[in-house]
Amino acid sequence: MEILEAIIAVWAARWPILDGIGNTLLISGVAIAWGTMLGLGVGLLLTYGNLGVRLFVRIYSDFLRGTPVFVLILACFYILSVIGIDLSAFEAGIFALTLFCSSHVGEIVRGALQAIPRGQTEAAKSIGLTFSQTLFSVLFPQALRQILPTWVNTATEIVKASTLLSIIGVVELLLSVQQVISRAYLSMELYFFAGFVYFLINFAIEKTGRYVERKVAIPS
Amino acid sequence: MATPILEIKNLHKRFGKLEVLKGIDLTMLQGDVVSLIGSSGSGKTTLLRCVNLLEDYEDGIVAVDGEQIGFKEKSGRRVRLSEKEIARQRAMTGMAFQHFNLFPHMTAINNVMLGLIKTRGTPKDEAYSIAEKWLERVGVRARKDYFPGQLSGGQQQRVAIARAIAMNPKLMLFDEVTSALDPELVNEVLAVIQDLAKDGMTMLLVTHEMQFAHDVSSRVVFMQDGRIGEAGPPEQLFRSPKSERLTLFLKNSKFH
Repeated sequence: MEILEAIIAVWAARWPILDGIGNTLLISGVAIAWGTMLGLGVGLLLTYGNLGVRLFVRIYSDFLRGTPVFVLILACFYILSVIGIDLSAFEAGIFALTLFCSSHVGEIVRGALQAIPRGQTEAAKSIGLTFSQTLFSVLFPQALRQILPTWVNTATEIVKASTLLSIIGVVELLLSVQQVISRAYLSMELYFFAGFVYFLINFAIEKTGRYVERKVAIPS
Repeated sequence: MATPILEIKNLHKRFGKLEVLKGIDLTMLQGDVVSLIGSSGSGKTTLLRCVNLLEDYEDGIVAVDGEQIGFKEKSGRRVRLSEKEIARQRAMTGMAFQHFNLFPHMTAINNVMLGLIKTRGTPKDEAYSIAEKWLERVGVRARKDYFPGQLSGGQQQRVAIARAIAMNPKLMLFDEVTSALDPELVNEVLAVIQDLAKDGMTMLLVTHEMQFAHDVSSRVVFMQDGRIGEAGPPEQLFRSPKSERLTLFLKNSKFH
């Protein structure tokens, strides 16, 4: 039975596969965390920066969003070393995904901030809040609730995009499974297994997102 | 003579090419209640918004309690103050808005506490009791843990007034605070303002409620085309308007 064989093959390679899953989680987690923080900055500058800053960040964001993630990963791995920045494949991959994530989160944040009625800022000003106080007490709490569903979507995109790191030799989930396939020749079953694990990771992210969404929903 | 709470001298304001305030002079003393009336586009709201610098003004002086708002003279040039200074000055006045502008993600009491904690540095428990006191005063204490979306328009506006007034401002600004309310909710908000006026609060209001302006004001200012058309005690202004414009305006506003 091939399914049984596949299970045996996966079980035999459980440690490398678990390593791969761990790497996928680490890569995605770090890229999402850094990308989100950077993206908050991008969104802020796109919304409140002066003309020069906005132009600069706009080019950054448009360029990154207009480039395939795959190209971005290859560029970070091969081109950065040419200009003297020597990153391991692992680091370069995380770096590329972080940039990708930041540009998308930046746009989401910009949209959310711009959608907040001007009266909110005016009310904050009228009670004497400074810009940063307004940002942290009034604007971000509203914007973050707004971006949550779209942000969850971006997070799952990053998990899926992390498979591309296999091309530059990062042993994440996909590559670790491919290594098992090269020994066991059960490509359909094992690719299905890999796909299922990705699905589980993203399903968990979506469920968590929904849960948080419900938790922080504003009663009305 | 005591320092005026509000002193506006030769105030000019433009939006691009359009000059919306063309030299306004207005002085308010402690306890004055001044209503700004006039057709839309006459500059009432803009004038109000210049007082707490929600709008910058180009020329003239706006001073609250003797302190010029937003700008200072530096070697003959007019310089805008730092954001921090302006934030401090804004807290000298309180403002209630047409659309309430409560923070939707905070409960009523947290809305009132925010300014106290962040701007005044009031300790949390003290801010809580101040907020509670003002919510009681405007009649919504029972709803202190409700979010704005769970309150009626009238209740929201009263919370918004409490939020402004809890900061103990020298001057309260009311910008058409009943315009967005259902007719049956207007009176509960007007009653709160009337109550504050009785208490000696200095207030500058923009309103379309002529009867209310008549009842509550110590002075009424009729604005037309960015200037003060007529000003005086309500009885005089409403009963014997001098200009035709005001006569027509009052007639159209159905003031009897």
